[in-house]
Amino acid sequence: MNKVNHFLRRTSLGSTVAMLILAALWSAPTLGLLITSLRPRDLAEVSPWWEALAAPLSTPWTFEAYQNSLASGMLDSLVSTIAVAVPSTILPLMIAANAAFAFTFLNFRGKEFFFALLVALMVIPLQSSLIPVLRGMVWIQKTFDVELTGTYVSAWIVHSAFSMPLAIYTLRNYMMTLPRELIEAATVDGASYYQIFWKLVLPMSTPAIASFAIFQFLWVWNDYLIAFIFVGEQKSVMTYRLLRLLGQYGEGWQDVAAGSFISLIIPLIVFFALQRYIVRGLLAGSVKG
Amino acid sequence: MSDLIFGLVSIVVGVAASYAVFGLLHFLLSLLPERIYRKVNWLAFLLPAALLVVLVLVAPLVQTVIWSFKSDNVKEWVGVQNYIEIFTDEVKPEKVEAKKEEGAVFITDDRILDGRFMDILINNLLWVMVVPAATVVVGTATATLTNHMGPKRERVFKSLIFMPMAISFVAASTIWAYFYSFVPPGRPEVGLLNALVKLFGGEAQPWLTIDKGRLNSFLLMVVIIWLQGGYAMVVISAAIKNVPVETLEAAQLDGANPWQVFFSVVLPQVWGTIMSVFVTILIMVMKIFDIVLAMTRGNFTTSVLAFEWYKEFFENSNLGPASAVVTILVVLIAPLMWLQIRTVRQQEALR
Repeated sequence: MNKVNHFLRRTSLGSTVAMLILAALWSAPTLGLLITSLRPRDLAEVSPWWEALAAPLSTPWTFEAYQNSLASGMLDSLVSTIAVAVPSTILPLMIAANAAFAFTFLNFRGKEFFFALLVALMVIPLQSSLIPVLRGMVWIQKTFDVELTGTYVSAWIVHSAFSMPLAIYTLRNYMMTLPRELIEAATVDGASYYQIFWKLVLPMSTPAIASFAIFQFLWVWNDYLIAFIFVGEQKSVMTYRLLRLLGQYGEGWQDVAAGSFISLIIPLIVFFALQRYIVRGLLAGSVKG
Repeated sequence: MSDLIFGLVSIVVGVAASYAVFGLLHFLLSLLPERIYRKVNWLAFLLPAALLVVLVLVAPLVQTVIWSFKSDNVKEWVGVQNYIEIFTDEVKPEKVEAKKEEGAVFITDDRILDGRFMDILINNLLWVMVVPAATVVVGTATATLTNHMGPKRERVFKSLIFMPMAISFVAASTIWAYFYSFVPPGRPEVGLLNALVKLFGGEAQPWLTIDKGRLNSFLLMVVIIWLQGGYAMVVISAAIKNVPVETLEAAQLDGANPWQVFFSVVLPQVWGTIMSVFVTILIMVMKIFDIVLAMTRGNFTTSVLAFEWYKEFFENSNLGPASAVVTILVVLIAPLMWLQIRTVRQQEALR
């Protein structure tokens, strides 16, 4: 491996310069919005954001836009987003881990067919199912008086279902690498499959579960469509509120900018703290199409 | 703080609840005679997942296809009327001559090809042709460049390119809408793009409204390339680092220059990885919708199929036509299922 690095990593100044330009291009749009969110409103009326970059010390930086944004509903949306995102990460993973266990270690009729179906379903756009699901939930509401639409529960169900194919697929891929002998030995010792799953396979699958959990969390946190349809305006999540704000940027970019960065704080923390696992997950194929 | 507690509590409750629910399933099945239980024990593991997939994915998908042949409120059957109306426009008898002179394409005596829907299909086609290829090029370029520097620099640059992957489509749209923003003349520029254009002697433009040559659609595509470039880079970079060093040395001994080494030794060996990234992004791009909604609301000829579905359903409440639009999308995506299954088969074979 060192040999590879030695050969491939012949450092070159040209590469660094080229990457410097690319990275600047890549970061400039984000930087612009970040600076705008931290400048007073009246200043932004008279000077563009890059002037603040040229004179960082004389710029009167302020968190005013963040305070405004949080006070005018972004804080409520933050709570809603957490309420949608955390269970929508845990539930599908538990359900998918169970299913992946069956696909990896148990034999049943139609296994190949069901698995191929899952793989095919990974490609289907979620839009193709949403309207009937929404109508179905409204019907349940009318018939059984169980409130579903407009609650977090409906979003949990829909997010769980849509993550199922990819979650089962990646968890199964990981479980295939676990030593079969261990499971067979446990069976011989008289353990039930239920015990084997919870005591042996689930703890051993932690790396795969953790890396998929990160992706599922980011996906749910950043989702607009499902939260918009199933949770709606009453408990609007941050993407929903942000989209509304974006429609009114005539009133100044500060609030939209601050709102954007409030919605980004948690994903960015997750990203920088767990980057290693994200990379590992990507290489294992856990990307939602 | 309360959010954190809520988060932690719901994790514990979630895991405990699944332990209990699956435990109950196992218990119920174990009440069956031993002989049968041994044959159906897999059900206890699979049932919840199967229910979710069937009730929330498969059955609704079938329902959508059925509804695409029904009226706006899905009460009456209308046959293929929704599809006819999506693809064509009716022309009143007195306007037939005028339309003929304009060069409109007549499908029947009184129906012409719907130009607006054709624009949508063209947009989808452009997205599919441009975005996966551009993203893969960006990914390969950054993966190669970062390979030729010290590990510390490599980490920093990769983080910067990779960072947008944590950003939502809506927040990304905000970031880029600001970048492209246009202010009336006389006020200070806020959009970086217009400032740069002015710097080079051009004139500020409301970029997102310019559909000449589909310029605004291309500007929207930039957003998704920006979001996904890091993903392509990470995966392709790992593949490049796995290229056996012997093949590179052999090429060098033969006197190949770095470009030749890259194109005739490295590239062929990472081609499989590049293709799988390409397919993943292709699938993603077919369903693109949030960016169009957030940046232009589908105006100025930027609409795509997935956005058209959103509009038909949420703005016009036309269930039948909305279902027909999404059915068209599913039909167009269906061939990719085959690609997906093939990719999975190849991976299984490697195992």
